[in-house]
Amino acid sequence: MTKAAYNTAELVTYMSAKALEDGKIVFAGAGMPLLACILAQKLHAPGLTILFEGGVIGPHVEAGKLPPSTNEQRCARRGNMLLSITDVLLLQQRGYVDYGFLGGAQIDQYGNLNSSFIGDPDKPKVRLPGTGGANSIASLASKVLVAMHHEKKRFVEKVDFITTPGYLHGGASREEAGLTVGGVYQVITHLGIFGFDKKTRKMQIEALHPGANVEEVKERTGFKLIVPKELPSTEPPTEAELRILRELDPEQRYTRPREE
Amino acid sequence: MVKPYKELREVIDKKDRGLRDKVMSLQEAIGLIKDGDHVAAGGCHYSKTPMAAIWEIIRQKKKDLVYSRSITSTEGDLLLVAGVTRHVVTSWFSPGVTWGVSKVMRHYMQQGLATFEEWSHMSLGLRYRAGAMGIPFMPTRDMMGSDLFPRVPDIKEMVCPYTGEKLALVPALNPDVAILHTQRCDPYGNVQNEGLPFMDEDIALASDKVIMTTERIVSNEQIRRAPDRTTIPFFCVDAVVEVPYGCLPHECYGQYEPDFNHMDDYVKTMMGKGPEGVREYLDQYVYGPETWNDYLERLGFKHILQATVNGRGVYND
Repeated sequence: MTKAAYNTAELVTYMSAKALEDGKIVFAGAGMPLLACILAQKLHAPGLTILFEGGVIGPHVEAGKLPPSTNEQRCARRGNMLLSITDVLLLQQRGYVDYGFLGGAQIDQYGNLNSSFIGDPDKPKVRLPGTGGANSIASLASKVLVAMHHEKKRFVEKVDFITTPGYLHGGASREEAGLTVGGVYQVITHLGIFGFDKKTRKMQIEALHPGANVEEVKERTGFKLIVPKELPSTEPPTEAELRILRELDPEQRYTRPREE
Repeated sequence: MVKPYKELREVIDKKDRGLRDKVMSLQEAIGLIKDGDHVAAGGCHYSKTPMAAIWEIIRQKKKDLVYSRSITSTEGDLLLVAGVTRHVVTSWFSPGVTWGVSKVMRHYMQQGLATFEEWSHMSLGLRYRAGAMGIPFMPTRDMMGSDLFPRVPDIKEMVCPYTGEKLALVPALNPDVAILHTQRCDPYGNVQNEGLPFMDEDIALASDKVIMTTERIVSNEQIRRAPDRTTIPFFCVDAVVEVPYGCLPHECYGQYEPDFNHMDDYVKTMMGKGPEGVREYLDQYVYGPETWNDYLERLGFKHILQATVNGRGVYND
């Protein structure tokens, strides 16, 4: 592909939306995950139910009015039920939630996410905002999806701090720590879709997006990825699908083109 | 950290739980907070923030408070820069995802000037709930395996005596004072909260003292017409203060959305100048105005009107 009709942020959003099946329940984080969930509802999953940590079951967020937090009244619009934060998060512990959908600042080869500290936690170079709902979501949702831009500084061998657990240190370490359910199911970036080896729990490539190649993926990844022999290619969005996405985020708050 | 059960009972025992008028001024209500208290704020992020109470806390120059809240937004910057707290207990701390990471929060935490005690959102909620239930801890299945676990005080791991599974135990949190905002409350403190409940009910039941600010004080007769809508019973509450637009520039469900213009301007100043910018902001908006109404006047009629029209929009469909 020579000239893309979409930017990388739009591609990540679109590919994330495609990962969400109709009829399921998804716990969505603020920002792009929220946008992808609403896009999925418009494209192929009208029966996808969104939960927000603000305490909302099944809202219909209006196009162009995506709030920068999942804890405010625009997230409650036309919902089925409003409940306390603690209770909506407990729905995951009870087992009602199919997908936990997160964005990430930094991810490692075992799918652990860091949103707390860059550098030494005791003397951090950067103090990040923290976990919010992410730790609870990644500990308890049946399948965790992570959407992010593919950059070497974000894809590291070992995160500076495990805010949000993936497969921790690989192997059975997640289960041994007491996290007996869930785990990271897919990582979706602007280059491809990534999963985790069943045994070692290390990240592997599952599919590449149109125009991406293994070399570029390797170049932008700070650890050794498992590369299977056969790599399927994903289907890019159609013009009609892109139009819907752009209606949802007309000011490009979440799909601003990235500088490369 | 976990308060002994006898002590918890004594506090409630000594509390006047009669059906009595608790209406007072904002100054009087915030006067109930002592230096060094643990103050828990209701709402979440930039929604249902008890901003008027926080505004008055800063004006009364309270010191050494421990501040806890589910998610902390711009009010956390104000409390840090004003010197009210050096210890914030929360799950997330910044204005909002599209506004970036708070430069003030970064300054205080990176320089080691303040503590950001980071709990998972659910664990913090379960801590208030355990406090509300009068039990010393709550078991939970999150936090385990993460690096958050060893950094928070008094979290424990246990093997479940029934199933043999590993569980995390989070300690009950019984704040000294709760500051909460609502749409409607009677003079006795019966609260009829609308919209997102956040953690307010658990915080009210867990705390020794509860300060309610409310958009409107309604009669007890009105409350009794719809008792099914009462969310906090009067005997938990110690002070009732009528403060219209008491969350601005944050939102109050069904009443007003955030004043996004003001939020954008605030973030610009805060991100541009860091703590110095917030000091200027405090002079202009917290120390400067004589009353809360004067503060609202500084926010500006047009902005408040727009926020109100947006806020009421939830009832349009």
